[in-house]
Amino acid sequence: MQSFEEERLLTAVVELLAEKGHVSASEIAERIAITDEASPRLGARLVAKAWLDPAFRQLLLADGSKAAESIGIMMRGVPPLGVLENTSDLHHLVVCTLCSCYPRAVLGYPPFWFKSPAYRARAVREPRAVLKSWGTALPSTTRIRVVDSTADYRWMVLPVRPAGTDGLNEDALAALVDEGDLIGVTIPSFDVAN
Amino acid sequence: MTLDVGSRVRVDDRWPERQGPAHIRTPHYLRGRRGKIVRYLGEFADPEQLAFNRPAQRRALYHVMFASADLWVDAEPADILVEIFDHWLVEEA
Amino acid sequence: MDEDGKRPARHDMGGVKQFYCDDIDLSDHELTDFDRQVDALRQILAVKGLLTVDELRRGIEALPADQYDRLGYYQRWIRSIAVTLIRRGVISEAELEERLRTQGP
Repeated sequence: MQSFEEERLLTAVVELLAEKGHVSASEIAERIAITDEASPRLGARLVAKAWLDPAFRQLLLADGSKAAESIGIMMRGVPPLGVLENTSDLHHLVVCTLCSCYPRAVLGYPPFWFKSPAYRARAVREPRAVLKSWGTALPSTTRIRVVDSTADYRWMVLPVRPAGTDGLNEDALAALVDEGDLIGVTIPSFDVAN
Repeated sequence: MTLDVGSRVRVDDRWPERQGPAHIRTPHYLRGRRGKIVRYLGEFADPEQLAFNRPAQRRALYHVMFASADLWVDAEPADILVEIFDHWLVEEA
Repeated sequence: MDEDGKRPARHDMGGVKQFYCDDIDLSDHELTDFDRQVDALRQILAVKGLLTVDELRRGIEALPADQYDRLGYYQRWIRSIAVTLIRRGVISEAELEERLRTQGP
């Protein structure tokens, strides 16, 4: 998308803020580097740990921020993390219909689709149709709970551990989990042939 | 905390955004609808004041559950779980 | 217009049928340097107490509907940031206009 006018605006605003001593170029570079560090790998690690360790699972569901901090994820100054557990009977799907609230501390920047009008409009009203965009089909007996992220929390999904993964260690389990699984548009799977 | 988990509530059918500049975190599709308190989430500064850089009162925030069938006639069956501040909630008998 | 005849604000999209005809775009949209810089600037201003996230949102919500639709995600952000900083008196409209006028191409 052409954004020449807004690029000029950004440059002008940053220059003025720098001259007034509010912001420096190095601060911006440093902040970008910190922000780029967060990715769905962090959320995947929380999930893998919860699948292996019942005490950690309990902590994650009771206080997501504390659980994240306990494995070294920086949560100071970021909105509290809430984690919602999927079961065979209940599936959570996270959306922000008002803007783009996203658990960035443990997933990184929100993907394009999460910010799109189509996702924001449809997820609350026709979640199964939305899930089909990802090829995700849940049994008709599974209840869907759509979580509209409107205020101070950021919500992440704890997916169901795929069958056949009994012998896998934390790294191998974390590798099964991606961004979509942590928002609820997809579910992690395990191909036994691997 | 003033509302108990399990309480039946109704979301105020107010539309401040039509009266002038406003910033509302209660989605339009819940105004006037009935739901149930499922979780108390803590106290947070009122976004409606923060949006104008005014002193913001801390308000109780709740996780409130709705049934999609109560929100849209053509909705797929689903629970809709939303964070709502207490000044938007009215307890039902 | 929703079935109850009440028109929600542009950003208040939950269940709004107008957006139903769009397929959800699942393609990868790499963030640009511009996107990352705006995102970082927002965070820094928040930490320094110069901009709350709700002011950012309010500025975005105040954009006319055609701009809200036409502008990219971070383009809306930088517009909102500029307006908010002016409203707070952190920068002035006059100096921003002057800077935009004298800025190189």
